[in-house]
Amino acid sequence: MALLEIRNLSVTFRTRGGLFKAVDGVDIVVEPNEVLAIVGESGSGKSVAMLAVMGLLPWTADVTADAMLFDGQDLQTLKPAERRKIIGKDMSMIFQEPMSSLNPCFTVGFQIGEALKTHLGMDKAQRKVRTLELLDQVGITDPERRLAAFPHQLSGGMSQRVMIAMALSCRPKLLIADEPSTALDVTIQAQILDLLVSLKRETGMALVLITHDMGVVAETAERVIVQYAGRQVEQSATIPLFADPHHPYTHGLLAALPERATSSRLPTIPGMVPGQFNRPAGCLFAPRCAHASAICHTTPPPKAGAAMGEALCWTPLVNGMPVGKGAAA
Amino acid sequence: MNAIPKPSAILEARALSRQYIVRRGMFSPYASVRALEGVSFSLEAGKTLAVVGESGSGKSTLGRLVTMIETPSSGALIINGKDVVEADPATRERLRREIQIVFQNPYGSLNPRQTIGMALEEPLLVNTDMSARDREAAARAMMARVGLRPEFYGRYPHMFSGGQRQRIAIARALMLNPKLLVLDEPVSALDVSIRAQVLNLLKDLQEEFGLAYLFISHDLSVVKHISDDIMVIYLGHAVEIGSREAIFTNPQHPYTRALLAATPVADPGHKKERIILSGELPSPFEPPSGCPFHPRCAQAVAQCKVDAPVLEQKSGRSVACWVV
Repeated sequence: MALLEIRNLSVTFRTRGGLFKAVDGVDIVVEPNEVLAIVGESGSGKSVAMLAVMGLLPWTADVTADAMLFDGQDLQTLKPAERRKIIGKDMSMIFQEPMSSLNPCFTVGFQIGEALKTHLGMDKAQRKVRTLELLDQVGITDPERRLAAFPHQLSGGMSQRVMIAMALSCRPKLLIADEPSTALDVTIQAQILDLLVSLKRETGMALVLITHDMGVVAETAERVIVQYAGRQVEQSATIPLFADPHHPYTHGLLAALPERATSSRLPTIPGMVPGQFNRPAGCLFAPRCAHASAICHTTPPPKAGAAMGEALCWTPLVNGMPVGKGAAA
Repeated sequence: MNAIPKPSAILEARALSRQYIVRRGMFSPYASVRALEGVSFSLEAGKTLAVVGESGSGKSTLGRLVTMIETPSSGALIINGKDVVEADPATRERLRREIQIVFQNPYGSLNPRQTIGMALEEPLLVNTDMSARDREAAARAMMARVGLRPEFYGRYPHMFSGGQRQRIAIARALMLNPKLLVLDEPVSALDVSIRAQVLNLLKDLQEEFGLAYLFISHDLSVVKHISDDIMVIYLGHAVEIGSREAIFTNPQHPYTRALLAATPVADPGHKKERIILSGELPSPFEPPSGCPFHPRCAQAVAQCKVDAPVLEQKSGRSVACWVV
C-alpha cells in the first residue's frame, strides 16, 4: 500500500485579484522508502502541494482532492487535533531557509526536545539522551556542547542539520524536504543531501524532495514529478526522464542546462511562466512550446499513458520529436 | 593564464589583498579579517575569468576591489595600464566608467521609485553632458539591445520578473560603454529557463562589444559554460588558476576536486569522483596555520599545517598545494 496517496489535488487561493489556482489536479503517490523528487520553477506549485498535505496553508487557501490518504488515514476528514498527532511525528518537513526556520529565542536542545515531549511524552532525561543521539546521527560534532547553543551561533549547514534532527526526532515515515540545500554552499549541499539519503536508507522512511535543481534530482531521486504552473506535466522514473523526456517543457528545461549544452548558445524556452491573469485557455505551456498546434491553444490536453511519462500533452515527444495524437491517447 | 602581464590585458591584479578591521563584541579588541590575500591574475578584452568559491571565500570582496568600491590594503590593481591606487582622482573617475557591475539580486539592485528609463539614463546624467533627448535615445537603443520592449521605458521595477530585471541591470551597466563587467552571481537567483536566456544575452553582448567579464559564481555548471579561465579561491587565497579545460578535465587542487565532486550533475548515470568534504569553512578570524584548506583536506601532510603553499605552475595551470 502506498504511504501517501493524493488524487486530483487542487489548491485555490482567494486573493484580492480573484481566485488563483496554485495547484491544479495533481496526483502524488509516495511508496515507503522511496525518494520522490517534485521539480519545477518558481510558481509551479511544488511547495504548495506539499504544504496542503501538511495542513500548513493559510486560511485563504481552499484545498480539494478526490483522495488524500496518509498511511491509511484520510487527511481530509481528520479533525485538527488528530492531524496534529501525525504532523511532526509520522510526517515531518524541513524548509529551505534553516536560519529563519529555527526560533532564535530557544536553544537547539529545547527545540528538538519539544517534539519528543509533545508526541512521545518523554521526560527530561529521556529527551536529553534522544536529542544527543539525534545530533550525533545528523553529523553534528560535539553534540553535548551544541545542546545549549542558540540558532545564531550556528552556521547555515549546521542549522539545517538541526532542522533535520528535529524532523527525524519521532522517526517519521515520510520526510518532506522543501529545497533543503538551496541556501547552502555546494560542498555543504553535498553533505546534506548525502545525509538525507543515508538516513532514508537507515530508517526506511520515504523522502519527498522539492527542488528546482535538475542536478540534485539526477543524483538523489528514484522517481520524478515535473510541475509547471500548478499542473503536473510529467512523471517517470529518474533515468528514463533524463534519457528521453516526453513533455516539451521537461525537454526544454533539460536542454537549457549549461552542462547539457552542445553549443555555445543555450537552447531556451521563450517567454515566461503564465501568471494569475494570463492563463492560456488550452495547454498552459502552449504559448512557449515549439511544437504547439491549433488544438493546444484551445483545449487542455489529456494525460498520456505511463509509457509516455503521463505527459500532459497532445503530442508527447519521443527522442525530442512529437508523435501523433494516436500515441498520446 | 599566469601572472605575467599580457600587453592587451584590461585588468591586472598583482598580490591583491584586502583586510577588514572589525570589532567582534562590545568589549572585545579589534581583530583583522583577511578577506583577500595576495591574489594575482590578468584579464584580456573579450575574455571571461570566472572566480569560483563558497560564501566567505572573498570572491565578492574581489568584485568590490575591481569596481573600485573599495581600495586594496596592499598589492596593485592595474586597469587599462593605470595603477588604481596611485592614480589621481580624475584618472580614477575616468577608470570607474570602464568598469561596471551587475549584482546577484535583481530585486534589490534597482531603485523601486525610478522608472526603467530613469535608471538607464542616470549613468549618462552623472558622467556625460548628453542632452535629455540623446539620453533617452541611448536608453531606448540599449533596451532594444538587451531584449526589453520599448513600452517598458516608463515602467517601474516591481512590474518586471526576475529575468527582466536582470536584463535591466545589465543594460544599466552597459550605458557607459565599459570595457569590463563584473558579474556577481548574475544568474543564481533565476529559474533554469530564464537563466539560459540571460547567459545567452551575456554571450552576445560580449561578442558585440568585446567586453571582458569577471564572472563571480559558485555554480560550476554555469562557469563551465561561460568562462575561458577559472580562478578557484578558498578563504581569500587563490588555490588554482587555469584554463577551463585544465580545471574541468584535470583538476589538481584537492579543493577544486571536492567542489567539482559536490556539484550535482543532471545525468543520473553519471559516475564521478566521490569526495564529501567534512566540516565547513573555518572562521576568517582564526584562519588555519599553513595551507588554509588543510583542516578539511584528505590528502594533507605534516608540511601543510606549517607552511602556506604558493601558486606554482604544475600540469599547465597554477596551483597552490604541497601534495600535487
